[in-house]
Amino acid sequence: MKNKNRISLSDDSITVTRWMSFKDRVGRSWYRFRRNPISLAGASMVFFVIFLAIFAPYVTPYPEQARAFTDLENTFQPPSRSHWFGTDEVGRDVFTRVIFGYRISLMMAAVVLGISVPFGVMLGLISGYFGGRIETIIMRITDVFLALPALVMALAICAAFTPTVEKAMLAVASIWWTWHCRLVNAITRSIKTEEFVQASKVIGDSHLRILFKDILPNCASAIMVKVTLDAGFVILVGAGLSFLGLGVQPPKPGLGTMISYGAAHLPTKWWLTVFPSFAIFFLILGFNLLGDGLRDMLDVESEGI
Amino acid sequence: MGDPYMLEIRNLDVHFRIYEGISRVLDGVSLYVAKGERVGFAGETGCGKTVTMKAVMGMLKIPPAIIPHGEIFLDGRDVLKMSQRELQRIKGTEISMIFQDPMNALNPVFTIGEQLCDVIRFARRNRSSGVNLSKKEVYDKAIAALEEVRLPDPERIKNNYPLELSGGMRQRALIAMALVNEPSFLIADEPGTALDVTIQAQILDLLSELVKNRRISVLLITHNLGVIQETTERVYIMYAGQVVETAPTAVLFNNPRHPYTQGLLASVPRLTGGQIAEGIPGTVPDYINTHFGCRFHPRCSHVMPICSQKKPPFTMLETSQYVACYLYTNKGGQNE
Amino acid sequence: MKFSYFLLRRFLHSILVLLGISVLIFIIARMLPGDPARLALGPFAKQEQVDNLRHKMGMDKPLYLQYVGFIQGILHGDFGLSFQTRRSVSLDIKHYLPATIELVVVAIVWVLIIGVPFGVLAGRYKDRWLDNVSRVVAFVGVAVPPFVVGLIGQLIFSYSLGILPTTGRLSLLMPPPPNRTGLLLLDSLIAGNFIVFGDAFKHIILPSFAIAMTGIGQITRLTRSSVSDVLSKDYIEAARAFGIPKRFITFKYMLKPSFIPPLTILGLTFASELANAFLVEQVFGWPGMAKYGIQAILRKDFNAIMGVILIVGLAFVVVNFIVDILAGYIDPRVRIQEEVIEK
Repeated sequence: MKNKNRISLSDDSITVTRWMSFKDRVGRSWYRFRRNPISLAGASMVFFVIFLAIFAPYVTPYPEQARAFTDLENTFQPPSRSHWFGTDEVGRDVFTRVIFGYRISLMMAAVVLGISVPFGVMLGLISGYFGGRIETIIMRITDVFLALPALVMALAICAAFTPTVEKAMLAVASIWWTWHCRLVNAITRSIKTEEFVQASKVIGDSHLRILFKDILPNCASAIMVKVTLDAGFVILVGAGLSFLGLGVQPPKPGLGTMISYGAAHLPTKWWLTVFPSFAIFFLILGFNLLGDGLRDMLDVESEGI
Repeated sequence: MGDPYMLEIRNLDVHFRIYEGISRVLDGVSLYVAKGERVGFAGETGCGKTVTMKAVMGMLKIPPAIIPHGEIFLDGRDVLKMSQRELQRIKGTEISMIFQDPMNALNPVFTIGEQLCDVIRFARRNRSSGVNLSKKEVYDKAIAALEEVRLPDPERIKNNYPLELSGGMRQRALIAMALVNEPSFLIADEPGTALDVTIQAQILDLLSELVKNRRISVLLITHNLGVIQETTERVYIMYAGQVVETAPTAVLFNNPRHPYTQGLLASVPRLTGGQIAEGIPGTVPDYINTHFGCRFHPRCSHVMPICSQKKPPFTMLETSQYVACYLYTNKGGQNE
Repeated sequence: MKFSYFLLRRFLHSILVLLGISVLIFIIARMLPGDPARLALGPFAKQEQVDNLRHKMGMDKPLYLQYVGFIQGILHGDFGLSFQTRRSVSLDIKHYLPATIELVVVAIVWVLIIGVPFGVLAGRYKDRWLDNVSRVVAFVGVAVPPFVVGLIGQLIFSYSLGILPTTGRLSLLMPPPPNRTGLLLLDSLIAGNFIVFGDAFKHIILPSFAIAMTGIGQITRLTRSSVSDVLSKDYIEAARAFGIPKRFITFKYMLKPSFIPPLTILGLTFASELANAFLVEQVFGWPGMAKYGIQAILRKDFNAIMGVILIVGLAFVVVNFIVDILAGYIDPRVRIQEEVIEK
């Protein structure tokens, strides 16, 4: 169908609706994305960090210092030409460690979301679709998990184990599914009475088919937006856990851990705190901007923040 | 004042500056409502009726809207030259409005009574002709207004929230709010279209009665021709921002002259007769790339070369029937 | 009548959630590796002593009895003994809780007096410079980790400018006011001692602000979008059409519906503040319950851990309950929708 412009008068503004094909629609979303400075900024920040993280060994001057390493001659060096971010208490280059720290943060986000999102979405679909007792039980469970702030719950769970990064990730993942479960549940509930779902039922589609063919695609944009925003938040919680000593353990270069150690040396060795802090802020901000831009672009009203 | 007209719009142009360019919505719209008259303003959705109404009420946001040309007089006063303050004074008191969708027009977090009382209190203040009403007086007036619109148990309704009422009751409450301050001019924007047809009929009956009792001038805006026929004395037909025909209602319905009007009336399905209603071929025009001349010409089956060059003047046919169409110029009518 | 029904439903819901939390906490606590009794007594203690302690702690009973005992204890305000301090956990908590309460309350005040007006103005003057500033503030506020805010704050205000202290609730040599509520700001006011008040205030500014940052970001954002949303609604236009003056509309017709979304989020904001407290108290050495909780976690002191978590859960549930009630009171739609869903 050719593009036709139709101007309709509503209120005192004019809306322009275009009739277009699917390809046009994707193109149009992309166009809006491109024009939205916020999503662009967010996207570029995130991709920049991902790039750095992937190519960390190649972009950092001292990749070997990301692990256990000591250079006691060079401890506590302020930022200089050879060490852009200075060196830490055992002489390691902070810049290198920050970039490798990005690796850890991104991996954490990926693992946590990779586990919790599918699980949460699945439970959300089931509970929303089948309703009844199943739904009540699942929703009550999510209520309990959501009764405590994420960080606190993660703390409580981490308390049960010896602190390592893996345990921290599992702990966060075990809470995180609840958000997605609720989101998908809400969407499913509102769609399941819609005509196209009824139509599928009439045709005789199995429940599974209906869930995947009819309902899930409608949740897709909301989930996408939420995942992007979640990434930032998961990284925040992860950094918090590391800061408290429960996440990434030394000598691994977790950003939160670095800040924690650096804090003891304020204000004289400020670079130990400031650079990792900025780095983590940059990444979280990027995800937030990106998620926000996606939300605008996809016209999604997501639940909560 | 001795002005015979309640509302007079002369040659109004309204443009909107939007992203794609300038949308020339209204083109030389002229109409008038005499005092005590009930005038209909009909046209399909998107033809500019609401924009016209908003221009009259001073509700257009001036950027992006531009009024390059035209005058609007309300009881002799130039609306376009009024300050916001003056406009606010006459809104609700001399000129009032009934909205299309009562659910959207009522604030959901306040009771009906509260909103109604606010309208009463501020009108008094705006009028500055009387002293402020006491609480009891406001209350009494509110109850009286609710009774007048035939709401059962006004005491209870007063304490209800909009969500708790049915659509018909909300519309009545809205009418009460519009009429409580005894305006001399009422603009009704598609009253009852958001409601069930039967309820709409009730609302329209109520409205007719109230209007008749109070001798208010009314401008009824709608796309529903049946409503026009039932409740108005004179009607304007609008297409794409241009007024194309106007006549006393009975005259127009008996003998529509403009091709668009004819098409419109033909497209109303008849319950009897076994004919299939015809639509009018084509689509609503693009306001950005407007056509010269008569805006209906691309869809008109009687189109002539001159139609695309110059806008047709109004030709008067018989008594008070004016058509803007080249079919009728030089055909024995008087050109305006 | 309708309202009390709404209240009851909410209340029952809260109780259910609390019970769920207690079960969850209990399970987690019992999952701790190693023998807590041995952990407490150290590797050199004799097995007898360990067994004794286990018996004293009631840990040799079957699990469900332990849970029942646990619940009974809680209902009497007894959380057991801390393995570390050997004091009753509830006493410990009572000792440290006011500091955290004070911190969180002041943080909420920040959120309300900065976030809300800012959001309202931003929504009102949408797309002008004020709005853009608010968006920046909102994004930054949500993206910066609270402990970073605290640290940077220390860097700037304490170390560079030297106007604010870095740790503690009061300066070392400052005598605390007589203990009435445990809230220093309040106690010093009650005692009429403004010097102490000023000192306590100086100490609380940075940490409370660090906690509040996230909330400020959220509330500004939400208030802004809520206000701008309401302003575009038809009923505002209708009110103007009926002659109601602009100022009145702004203050009454716009504000009330605008405040509902931010209000509902207040519960979440409170939650994030409580969570942030765990981070910020560490940075500032604030002697509050959160710091106590962290230390308990690091030392696997599970009675203390459970106590702290339960208090947090309780606080959250209570606050949410209050917020729900308030929302139901202000916005009739909330109450009415509830009933509709029931049917």
